[in-house]
Amino acid sequence: MKADTDTSARRPNQRPELAAIDDETMRGVLRKMHLIRKFEEAAEASYMRGLIHGTMHLSIGQEASAVGATLALMDEDYILSTHRGHGHCIAKGAEPARMFAEFFGKENGYCRGRGGSMHIADVDGGNLGANGIVGGGLPIAVGVGMSIKAQKLDRVAVVFFGDGASNEGAFHEALNMASIWKLPILFVCENNKYGMSMDIGRAMAVPNVADRAVAYAMPGVVVDGNDLPAVAAVAREAAERARAGGGPTLIECKTYRLRGHSKSDRNLYRTKEEIEEWRSRCPIRRLEAELTAHERFTPEALMTIEEAAQAEIDAALDFAKASPDPDPKDLTRDVYAD
Amino acid sequence: MSTLTEAAVESAVRELTYAEAIREALAIAMEADERVFLFGEDVGVYGGAFGVSGDLVHRFGTERVIDTPISELGIAGAAVGAAITGMKPVLEIQFSDFVTLAMEQIVNQAAKIRFMFGGKAKVPMVVRLPGGSGTGAAAQHSQSLEAWFAHVPGLKVIQPSSPHDAKGMLLSAIDDPNPVLIFEHKLLYKTKGHVPEGDYRVPIGKAAVRREGRDLTIVGSSIMAVRTAAAAQKLAEEGIDAEVIDLRSLRPIDFDTIAASVRKTHRLMVVYEGVKTMGIGAEISAMIAESDAFDFLDAPIVRLGGAEVPLPYNPVLEKAAVPQEEDILAAARRLARGDA
Repeated sequence: MKADTDTSARRPNQRPELAAIDDETMRGVLRKMHLIRKFEEAAEASYMRGLIHGTMHLSIGQEASAVGATLALMDEDYILSTHRGHGHCIAKGAEPARMFAEFFGKENGYCRGRGGSMHIADVDGGNLGANGIVGGGLPIAVGVGMSIKAQKLDRVAVVFFGDGASNEGAFHEALNMASIWKLPILFVCENNKYGMSMDIGRAMAVPNVADRAVAYAMPGVVVDGNDLPAVAAVAREAAERARAGGGPTLIECKTYRLRGHSKSDRNLYRTKEEIEEWRSRCPIRRLEAELTAHERFTPEALMTIEEAAQAEIDAALDFAKASPDPDPKDLTRDVYAD
Repeated sequence: MSTLTEAAVESAVRELTYAEAIREALAIAMEADERVFLFGEDVGVYGGAFGVSGDLVHRFGTERVIDTPISELGIAGAAVGAAITGMKPVLEIQFSDFVTLAMEQIVNQAAKIRFMFGGKAKVPMVVRLPGGSGTGAAAQHSQSLEAWFAHVPGLKVIQPSSPHDAKGMLLSAIDDPNPVLIFEHKLLYKTKGHVPEGDYRVPIGKAAVRREGRDLTIVGSSIMAVRTAAAAQKLAEEGIDAEVIDLRSLRPIDFDTIAASVRKTHRLMVVYEGVKTMGIGAEISAMIAESDAFDFLDAPIVRLGGAEVPLPYNPVLEKAAVPQEEDILAAARRLARGDA
């Protein structure tokens, strides 16, 4: 339901994808995109200052695919994420404070400090986990789909993966099974152009990951992954089809990671010019510019949202720093369930 | 009770094959719990490559006995996904050798999810793995890979040797909130034994002393427990009193039962079909060496394991590659008589 003050419907020149997202929802979208960006900027800064023990994979520049693909999800729907998963986690509703605590390896992190950046999960919140293995989540999503169907639940699963994962056998096996059993799954490929350093042009014989959907008789859609309303529209349609028993969809979000693969990356495989060109397509600034152009939000209102997100991240970081480390006497806890 | 009812008498003598016992366990579990389902390659109308699922698809339908594409990695992952979202999948990997294609999901995902997520998920899945040699299936269909998985915290690994234990342990496995791998020896499928009616459990992690003895301890599991028990009978006729321990579970391993036996017999032999080096025998030997039971040993520990070779096709060679009853007899005689 749109509030009386909602401006989304009163701007006739908007494209339908933008008009479909009302102001209140859009505030939530912007908040989450900023939270993701600022979470990762703070993560990076913490790493640079030597506060982080392990590694991390930043998704700066890819915020629109994470938030857009999950916009149509309900709390009880599922996501499965990747090693570059902070964005997916926040998009599904995770608390940045507990994420930071996990990132810092602390006892009150989402995984009690046992998983770290690459394994953040919030099972109660429907996030079945980031995954350190490229393509690891794809077959798991099939089982989640089987589970939804067997229990006759009105749920869908979104499984994120990268362009690199689409070259794994797991991709083929998972999409085939999801299609023959018409499982309610959105296969969301975040094609950020590189599998670590290898350009997709050298790693794939087809120009688009979505082209591979033909082999599984499921819709394959290419969308500008830095265009939030476009991603949200495609994902909404796919989720509706999945809920109606129409089976899975392969969605390819063309995007770009502005940071390196991980902390060891020296960007030897791409040019500064290319990175700068993609920086100008920042999904957050682009969305904000469109919203102000259509007078749906003032620059001041947008600034307020961004500042609130920054404050939330600052507080989350403080929470993490103040959190206790796990006790070594609990080392072998939770290897098995009783 | 002074008298047995007719039904009880019949039940007491009822014999099933190992395969039938597994099928019965699956049926009991599926009857009792809607969350339990069986899936794998050709488990439906075909009845399973070894006939284990048999008629289950006709009794429970194609929604609960599900034929899958030939996608071992995919179906192992599907088991993980179903398990963490409220189902209790039982996955059949057609030959245990094919689990090599599914290692990622079993070792990286199933075994670690609970721990990595800080104890906030459970992975109650069972993987059934027909394994072992003796059927002329050659190097890629005859291996005994159970020790690989026994090396992985987060997994449970079991190897029942009798129809009774196969049923009772599978029911325990399905009830277990952790991923359990059950290695079923292909040569055992047609062996018969007493199997009680109804639901009963054989606990995971508890070895069985099949024969008490004073002269030496022989530890084995799966078909090696069967061969060892047969060998022990013959040894008894020769005046050698062997204690036979059927390990049943590799992870968790019931070390206390082994150590107690070694303290009594002072001699230990471990028999296993997997390749000898870096295997189950090494682990058990090391556990004894690290414990106070070591002080009770009167002779070096003997490991009788598979030869350092891929399983050959030729039946003479195939037999020569894994411990047979006569190998156990010969090794036990040497160990018991001190001429090892």
